[in-house]
Amino acid sequence: MSLTLSDTSAGGALQRASLLVWGATLAAIVLLWIAAGRLGWIADPADVFVIPIEGWLSAFVDWLSDDLSFGLFTFRDLTRALAWVLEIPLSFFITILSRGTEVPLGAERTLTLPPVPWFAILFAFVWLCWVWGGRRLAILAIAALGYLVVFGQWGSAMVTLSSILVAVPVGVAGGMALGILAYRSDRVARGLTPVLDLMQTVPIFAYLVPVLVLFGFGPVSAMIATVIYAMPPMVRVTMLALRGVSPELLELGRMTGCTRRQMLWRILLPSARPSLMVGVNQVIMLSLNMVIIASMIGAGGLGYDVLTSLRRLEIGNGLQAGLAITLLAILLDRMSHAYFAYRETPRAQRRAQGVNNAAMIGALLAGAYVVGLIFPALTIYPDAWVIDTSPFWDGLVTWINLNLYDYLDAVKTFLLIYVLVPVKRFMLDVPWLAVALLLAVVGWRLSGLRLAVTVAGMAAFIAFTGNWEKAMVSVYLCGISVLIASTIGILWGLLAARSDRAYGIAVTSVDTLQTLPSFVYLIPVVMLFQVGDFSAMIAIVLYALAPAVRYTAHGLRRLPSEIVEASRMSGCTPRQMLWRVRLPLALPEIALGINQTIMMALSMLVITALVGTSDLGQEVYIALTRSNVGQGLVAGLCVAFIGMISDRLITAWVARRKAQFRIE
Amino acid sequence: MTQDSPLADNAAAPPPDDDTPAETKLSCKGLWKVFGADEDRARRVIQGHDGVIGRDALEREGFAAAVRNADIDVRTGEIFVVMGLSGSGKSTLIRCLSLLLQPTSGELIFDGRDLLGCSEKELIDIRRHKMGMVFQHFALLPHLTVLGNVAFPLEIQGVSRFDAEERAHKMIELVGLGGRETDYPSGLSGGQQQRVGIARSLATDPDLWLLDEPFSALDPLIRREMQDEFLKLQRMLGKTIIFITHDFDEAIRLADRIAIMHSGDIVQIGTPEDLVIRPANDYVRDFTADVTRAKVLSARSIMRPADEGTSFAGDVAPVDRVTDFAARAIETEAPLAVRGRSGRLLGQVDREAVIRVLAEAE
Ligand SMILES: Nc1ncnc2c1ncn2[C@@H]1O[C@H](COP(=O)(O)OP(=O)(O)OP(=O)(O)O)[C@@H](O)[C@H]1O
Ligand SMILES: [Mg+2]
Repeated sequence: MSLTLSDTSAGGALQRASLLVWGATLAAIVLLWIAAGRLGWIADPADVFVIPIEGWLSAFVDWLSDDLSFGLFTFRDLTRALAWVLEIPLSFFITILSRGTEVPLGAERTLTLPPVPWFAILFAFVWLCWVWGGRRLAILAIAALGYLVVFGQWGSAMVTLSSILVAVPVGVAGGMALGILAYRSDRVARGLTPVLDLMQTVPIFAYLVPVLVLFGFGPVSAMIATVIYAMPPMVRVTMLALRGVSPELLELGRMTGCTRRQMLWRILLPSARPSLMVGVNQVIMLSLNMVIIASMIGAGGLGYDVLTSLRRLEIGNGLQAGLAITLLAILLDRMSHAYFAYRETPRAQRRAQGVNNAAMIGALLAGAYVVGLIFPALTIYPDAWVIDTSPFWDGLVTWINLNLYDYLDAVKTFLLIYVLVPVKRFMLDVPWLAVALLLAVVGWRLSGLRLAVTVAGMAAFIAFTGNWEKAMVSVYLCGISVLIASTIGILWGLLAARSDRAYGIAVTSVDTLQTLPSFVYLIPVVMLFQVGDFSAMIAIVLYALAPAVRYTAHGLRRLPSEIVEASRMSGCTPRQMLWRVRLPLALPEIALGINQTIMMALSMLVITALVGTSDLGQEVYIALTRSNVGQGLVAGLCVAFIGMISDRLITAWVARRKAQFRIE
Repeated sequence: MTQDSPLADNAAAPPPDDDTPAETKLSCKGLWKVFGADEDRARRVIQGHDGVIGRDALEREGFAAAVRNADIDVRTGEIFVVMGLSGSGKSTLIRCLSLLLQPTSGELIFDGRDLLGCSEKELIDIRRHKMGMVFQHFALLPHLTVLGNVAFPLEIQGVSRFDAEERAHKMIELVGLGGRETDYPSGLSGGQQQRVGIARSLATDPDLWLLDEPFSALDPLIRREMQDEFLKLQRMLGKTIIFITHDFDEAIRLADRIAIMHSGDIVQIGTPEDLVIRPANDYVRDFTADVTRAKVLSARSIMRPADEGTSFAGDVAPVDRVTDFAARAIETEAPLAVRGRSGRLLGQVDREAVIRVLAEAE
């Protein structure tokens, strides 16, 4: 860049070279397009040649589960043992929170052990909420749990809660253990980082397939999938948190003669605790996000309710259960935040001082349990008092279909005919080789040969595993959704950056949007627009909106105030200020927001397979129903690669731009 | 110090009221520290030159040293201050002395023991019992109370909680934080936090007390107050102290001896007075130029042989600084007598000499 500024003739030469490159690329693309008519493999190699990676992967997993043996025990034994170990706490919680159990006493008689009465659990929650978060949180708890009780979601919710109660500690402990290993050994860290990157871009569905094959169908494998999904951020947070511990504290540890273990437990972990808490919160939220998806491989509870209702298009039931999950998610999120804040407050300033909360709640639950043993009827909220709102919602859907159908359908048809379908056609028409070439050139210009090879290689993987066509459908759906989401998001972000209040509102809304499990977005969309690409698009837009808003607003607000003042002093009108100063400077930040939006859109994309798309997501979904590991993993990898291509390119662009501006 | 010793007067040669040179607590010879992945090669290069290699020669080999060929003897019971600007290598030096950093080359003797030859286990033991360190940014553990922080080094050693806390209570009283035991560090001011750091570093009753810019993060008024209390503490405890600072005034106030560092080199080691009267080079002279000389110069350095039969207005000790007796000296025409510990007359300080110092004239 400095070259262009200092030496105009050299700058001119550079520009000419750049023009030449782009011109040549364009020409090559056109040629490829023409050639694609004759040579099918240029357009899409699927019919001509496919690398059978799917088969290899399936065979590998079969080998794992059938043949691998460690001498004393087989791999299958190992998975069984793991499942068995996790089964114990899970069924314990399900028994005491939701189902109860029957204990045979001698020949005929059985003793019925009921679950802990609902009101005791509710009271325990409300009490903890009050202690940790005060009145507002307690009211939230009453409202959320009250909803579960009154609208008949309690039983399912307790099953869901049980799996969270097991999955979260396991995920946190596992994530911390891996994070600590990675902190201690650079080699582990180097090995782990790309795996974590990949795991966070591979869509959730793709995990389900191998878990299903290795662990079978059931609540335990659902929980294992949940843990696998929720753990990577904890690993990352742990690594970062430990690395973030101030070097002075490490020196303190060494000067006081700490052993390695004392260093870890008495210095590193306690002083990293606030950051670690962020990870714990993420594990909770991701576990909840996984609730519905995990029910595809056997988790019961609320997720199962939502999934079956969606499949049967019983909107009312789905909405009720979906709302229950949402409320549970919001409550657990707020509770965890409140708890962390509570831990950081000095003992003397805490609420309910002198009360041993654990003992009190233990006594309460035990007491209530005895009461429930004597009067079993009390343990369960009477069915007769349950309010079922589903007829109302179903009626609303019918009403919408009768009265608004024409308008909604007109919008939908218009967009389909004039936007969605043409874009889809175009995308399907572009030869893969042309796309790969374009990506390579962009990568090369942005960063260098390495990036060019990486992105083109990923595109080639997609093409040669026979997934090009489906990938293009994904790109088209995702692309349009991202475009819309970014537009709305940036506009909203611009508004939000204007005042503290607007910013506060935006951040709160966006936070709430992000607490909702991705599945929940599908319900109202299907309610209004039925199934199909259009509904998928709306759901994706809603889900992926948040980062665009957040990053835009943040990027605009973060600008150094001197720059803003300087431009005001040089007489910028507000409009000039926005277009000439603020936006260009905030652009890198906004680009990162769009990057996140793309990632979220991709993760939602797979879920929208449920409302009938024909893309990679569908491919994963089909693989799941057929337990085809290879197909699922490869399609999942393709989705991940689409995400990684855009991520690498955008990151490279941002880096270049920042280097130009010398912003750190 | 103040006790009269019958032997003092008889001891002949060096000025009899000098403290007998104390034994050496910690000494390093030819100490080098080079950062970077290539440290082994750097060691070979340095040792290839017998530990003496010029800056340029080393740079030609591709190395920049943070500490270069440092020779230091810290005497038992003294306050040894290392002074230098930011990046001059002070922290690196003190970290090499405590082996928080492995020196690239050189030798290091603590209490007659070769530290570099110690096993990790012995080193842990030495750090647990013999050394205490105070950090620039306090390094308090945020999850522990004041009491917990001060008791921490003892608990690490496996001292029972009861004993550790009892000792911690004493230390907290000592630094004047009694009553704040259950507070968390986040609720304390900077000065209070550093008091906790000081109490903690003293909890194990170390012989060697290391302080890396302990007061630099505090604002000037508090810094002043902390310096006074630090001196008071040291008068009670008599530790051997290595104190890092980038503030020359602080160095002069606190130091028995000062080592001045400049881009890795130790430029000069001496008493504050030495540095002012006999700066080793222009770099040191620049530092000392702004020093209020009356605060540094002692009676001994401005006295002259006593005239026969003069009547004195009063007595001063040879180590007394000019500021301590300036008022007395100016009040009267008569000179002040400089007397050793046992009352022997060493010389006299004239009124004019004092005025010259106060006027900052050479
Ligand atoms: N871990 C490290 N790796 C590489 N270089 C380092 C490292 N630590 C210090 N240095 C370099 O060594 C030199 C001396 O640093 P040091 O921290 O000892 O200086 P200092 O005198 O303590 O400065 P300050 O007053 O800022 O604390 C500096 O040039 C610094 O950049
Ligand atoms: Mg330093």
